[in-house]
Amino acid sequence: MAVEVILPRVDMDMATGKISKWHHKDGDRVAKGAALFEIETDKAAMEIDAPAGGILRNIVVTEGNSAPVGSAVAWIYAEGEAVAAPAPAAAPVASAAAATTTTTPAPVTAAPAAATNGEAPRATPLARRLARQAGLPIGSIPGSGPRGRITAADVRRAGEAKPASVPALPPAPVVSGDSVQKLYAPGSFDVIPVDGMRRTIAARLTESKQTVPHFYLSVTCTLTTLMATRERLNASAPKGADGRPLWKLSINDFIIKAMAAALHKVPAANVTWAGDSILQHRSSDVGVAVAVDGGLFTPVIRNADAKTLTTISAEMKELAAKARARKLVPSEYQGGTTAISNLGMYGIEQFTAIINPPQATILAVGAAVERFVPVNGQPVLASQMTCTLSCDHRAVDGAVGAELLQAFRQLIVEPLLMLA
Amino acid sequence: MRELTYAQAIQEALAQAMDADPTVFLMGEDIGVYGGAFQVTGDLVHRYGEDRVMDAPISELGQAGVAVGAALAGCRPVLEFQFSDFATLAMEQIVNQAAKLRFMLGGKVNVPLVMRFPAGSGTGAAAQHSQSLEAWLAHVPGLKVIQPSTPADVKGMLLAAIDDPDPVMVFEHKLLYKMKGEVPEEPYRIAIGKAHVAREGRDVTVVATSIMVHKSLEAATILDAEGIDVEVIDLRTLRPIDTATIIDSVKKTSRLACVYEGVKTLGIGAEISARIAESEAFDYLDAPILRLGGAESPIPYNPELEKAAVPQVPGIVEGLRNLVRGRM
Amino acid sequence: MNAVGKIKPNARPFYQKYSADQLKDALRKMYLIRRFEEGAEEAYMRGLIHGTMHLSIGQEGSAVGATMALRNTDYITSTHRGHGHCIGKGAEPKLMFAEFFGKEEGYCRGRGGSMHIADVSTGNLGANGIVGGGLPIAVGAALAIKKQKRDDVAMCFFGDGASNEGAFHEALNMAAVWKLPVVFVCENNKYGMSVSTERSMAVANVADRASAYGMPGVITDGNSIADVEEAIAEAIARARRGEGPTLVECKTYRTRGHSRSDRNRYRTKEEIEEWKARDPIPHFEAELMAHGLATEAEVIAIRKSAEAEIAAGIEFARLGTDPNPNEVTRDVYSNEAA
Repeated sequence: MAVEVILPRVDMDMATGKISKWHHKDGDRVAKGAALFEIETDKAAMEIDAPAGGILRNIVVTEGNSAPVGSAVAWIYAEGEAVAAPAPAAAPVASAAAATTTTTPAPVTAAPAAATNGEAPRATPLARRLARQAGLPIGSIPGSGPRGRITAADVRRAGEAKPASVPALPPAPVVSGDSVQKLYAPGSFDVIPVDGMRRTIAARLTESKQTVPHFYLSVTCTLTTLMATRERLNASAPKGADGRPLWKLSINDFIIKAMAAALHKVPAANVTWAGDSILQHRSSDVGVAVAVDGGLFTPVIRNADAKTLTTISAEMKELAAKARARKLVPSEYQGGTTAISNLGMYGIEQFTAIINPPQATILAVGAAVERFVPVNGQPVLASQMTCTLSCDHRAVDGAVGAELLQAFRQLIVEPLLMLA
Repeated sequence: MRELTYAQAIQEALAQAMDADPTVFLMGEDIGVYGGAFQVTGDLVHRYGEDRVMDAPISELGQAGVAVGAALAGCRPVLEFQFSDFATLAMEQIVNQAAKLRFMLGGKVNVPLVMRFPAGSGTGAAAQHSQSLEAWLAHVPGLKVIQPSTPADVKGMLLAAIDDPDPVMVFEHKLLYKMKGEVPEEPYRIAIGKAHVAREGRDVTVVATSIMVHKSLEAATILDAEGIDVEVIDLRTLRPIDTATIIDSVKKTSRLACVYEGVKTLGIGAEISARIAESEAFDYLDAPILRLGGAESPIPYNPELEKAAVPQVPGIVEGLRNLVRGRM
Repeated sequence: MNAVGKIKPNARPFYQKYSADQLKDALRKMYLIRRFEEGAEEAYMRGLIHGTMHLSIGQEGSAVGATMALRNTDYITSTHRGHGHCIGKGAEPKLMFAEFFGKEEGYCRGRGGSMHIADVSTGNLGANGIVGGGLPIAVGAALAIKKQKRDDVAMCFFGDGASNEGAFHEALNMAAVWKLPVVFVCENNKYGMSVSTERSMAVANVADRASAYGMPGVITDGNSIADVEEAIAEAIARARRGEGPTLVECKTYRTRGHSRSDRNRYRTKEEIEEWKARDPIPHFEAELMAHGLATEAEVIAIRKSAEAEIAAGIEFARLGTDPNPNEVTRDVYSNEAA
C-alpha cells in the first residue's frame, strides 16, 4: 500500500499551504524521516519529513503550488509496488467546515455561507435569491420570520451596501441548549430565545476572536486640555432658532475625531486584511458602538477625518437615536475602517475590545478618572482616561499600532493639534 | 348590457349552439318538459323538440355511453347529469371510453362530447348530492375540465366546450345558478385553458375556482382595508391548468394561496402548489404555499356544519392575513 | 346469383340468397380469422407479442355470419375477443398484426393493442377492453344514425358475461325506448372467463332477457354460419325499417382459454372435444361442397390463400416501425393544447 504524503498543518490558522521547494523528485528513493519538501509560511519556511521510506511517486503538487491542509501531495511506494495513477490534487478549501470548537479558519475571500449552529439557515427562496444577487451571505442576515426564517424583507433590510469582501460567517461554537440546561437545576432559569441580532453578534465576534490574531496596546491620556477646550467650544455655541445651542460636544466626539485624524496620520493602520491582499483605505470611517436594548449597533461616521467636531457630534446623535430605535439602514452600519467602544460611562477604567472584521483596529475607551499626576515634579490633580487599542496582527504590526495610538494620544492631550 | 343568471346564460349557450350546429343535441334526466332539476334547460324542449332535448331513463352509465357512441358517429351531444355525484355511476364510460378512445385508436377518432355537472354544497342536499369531484376527472388525460364562475364565463366557455373536438367536463356550482351578471347577447367563446385575473393585487396571489372566486373577492375587499392587496385569479379550467398566468402572478406577489371547495387533500390546490414549487416562481416565494380547501369529511346535512365543511370568507380572510403577515 | 341448376330447392335461404363467390368469400374470411388467431397465438408464444390476447377460435361462424350482411356505413362495436368481428367487418390482418406488435403501422399506431382494434373508416368503432363497454356506445351510434336519417344499423357484439353488466340493461332499455336501429349480438360461449352461464345467470338463455326490454330475442346455432346469418339478416332488416332493436343470441364455444393465461380448470376436456367436433369451418366447407358451391380443390386453395395472407401479415408487422418514446402523449387531445 502506498503511503500518502500529506500537506500537514504547521500554523494554527492554516487552511492551505504552498510548497516552496521539493528536496526530491519522482522516482527518488527516500528514507523515512528525511527532508522531503518545504512549506512557505509567513515566518520561516517549514521542512516536512518523509513519513515512510520507499520510492517517491506521483507528486501532484509541485513547487510554487498550494494544497489544502491534510490533502495528499505525493505518495511513497514500497520497492517493486505497482504505481497507481495519481488522484487529482484537491482544490484549495474555500470555506470553513462545519462547526467544531477549534475551527479551521476561512480565508477572508471565502465562498458562501456555512452553517450556523450546525444547521443551514432557514430562508425563503426569494430571500435566498435576493441575498445571492446582493452578494450577501444568507447566514449573516437576521431572520424575522417564524422560527427565525429569513424573509425577503430581512434581506432588503440587510441591504445591498455590504462590501464584497465580507467574509463568510463561520459557525458559532457548538453549544446546544439542551446540554447547557442540564448543568442547571430545573426551574432555576428562564429560557430566552435568541433573536437575529444576538445570533449575529455571537457568530461575528466568535469568528473574530478565533480567527483574528489580536494584540493590545494601552495608553493613558490626560484630559485637562481637552476638557477645557470642550467647555470653551460648547460655551461659544451660537443659539439656534429654537433658542438652544447649535452644538453640545461630548468627549466622545473628540475621541472620534482624534481617532480619525490619527488614522489619517498613520495610514498603515487604516487597513483591512483581505487574505491575499491588504486594502488601504482612503478615508477614515469610524464606527462607534451604541448599546441598544438586547444588543449593540456600530453606526459608522464616514470620512470622519474630514468632518468638523460639530458635524461629527450631530451625526453621532442622529445615528445613536436611530440605532436605539432599530431604524439604521445597512449603509449606516456596514464597513468602517476602525471602531470605538466607550464604556467610560459605566466607570470602567480599562478594557480590551474585540475587533469587528473587516476592520483591523478597535479602540476601547475607559472612564475619565481623577488622579494625581506629576507635572514638573509636583503632584497635580488631573483627569485621565485609559484607552486600549486592539490590532489585527495580520494587517497591523506592533510598531504601526503603537504609532497609531501615539498619534491618537497626542490629539487627545492637545486637541488644538487637530487643526494643524 | 342585459343581465342573465348563470342558469340562463347556460340555456342561451345551449340554444345558440343548437342553432348553429344541427348535430348538437341535449340529453339528461328531466331536462325536457320538467325543465331540468335546476331549471337550466327550461323551455328548450318546446323550442327544439324532444329529438334534440332528450329525456333519458335513469341510466347514467348508459347515457354516458350513448353520448360516446353518438359523438363517434358524428353528433355533438351535451349530456346533463342531475348531480355531479352521479358521475360516479358513469365513470366507466367517461374515464375508460370517452377519455381514451382517441388515444387508443391512434388519433384516428375524436369524441366531441360535453358533460355538464351541477356540483358543490350549500343547499342542504347532504353528502351524496353535494360533492366537488372535478379533481377526479382533472386527473384523467384525454378529458378537459372547466369550472366557469360567472354568467358571462359559463356561456363563453360552454360554447367553446361544445366546439371542442375532445370531451369536456363542465362543473357548475349549484349556488351560482341564480347569480346575475352581464352577458353579451351574441355567441362568443372563452378559450378553455386560460385563467382570468379577477382582481389585481401586489401582496398575495389567490388561485380560486368556482364559487370560491367570489368568496376570495369578498375576502380581498375586507383585507384591502387592512392594507393587504390581494390578487385573485379565477382558474376557470382545471385541465389544462394555465400555469403561466399563476407563475407571472406569484413572481409579482411572492405569495400563493389556493382556495377551492373540493376536499383539500389531493385537490386542485395540491396540483397548483406543486406546479409553482417546481417552476421558476419557486425563487420568488417568500412564504409557504397556503391551501384552503374542503374538510376531510363528506358534506354534512346540518347547515352550520355544511358551511364549516368548506372555505368561507372569514376563514379565507384569516388565512390570507396570516400568510401575508409572515405568520405561516 | 345462385349457381344455376346446382342448388337444391330446399336449401336454406342462406345458400339461396348469396352467390357461390360470396359464400366462398365467407369461408375465406372464416379461415382468415382462424389462421389469424392461430398465428397470433404462435407469435405470442414466441414472445413477439406484448400483454395478452383473447382468442375466438371456434366462434368464426358467429363472427362471419353476423357481419356478412353489413355495409361499410353500418357500425359495429366489439369485445375484448373481437379479432373475428374486425376481420368480418373488413379489417386487414396485416394492419391488425402490426397493431399487436405495437407498431406505428397498426390500426391504432401501436397505442391500443389487441383489445382496442378499430377501423372507423369501415364502421368498426372498436373492440373494447371493458366488458359491456361497447353496449351503450352502439346505442349512441344508432342514435346518431337515426338523427342523421340514415338507414344504417349499429351492431353490438357482446358476450354472455356482459349481459350481466348494468350497462347491458341500460343500453337495451334505451335502444328499445327510443326504437333505435341496433342489432344486439350476444355470442354466448358458455363462460364469462371461468364462470359458466349456469352459475351466473338466472335464466337459461340470454335471449330470454329480450322480452324485458320489449324486443325480439332470437336463439341461433353460433357454429352454423347459415343459422347466424339468417337470424341476423332479419334483425338488420327490422332495424333498417325503423322497427327498432333485436337481441340475437349465438350459442357457440371458444376452444381456447379466456386469455393466454387460462389453465382451463373450469371445464372438462370432454366438453372441449365435443365442441371441437362442431367446428364451424369444416361444417361450412361440407355444406358448400354438398351444395356444389365449391370443390375440394377450391376449398384447399381458399385455405392456402388465407394462410399466405396471414403469413405475409405477420412478416409485415414484424418489420414495422416502433413508436418514438418521446411521443408518449401524442393524440391524447385533438390539438395538443393540454
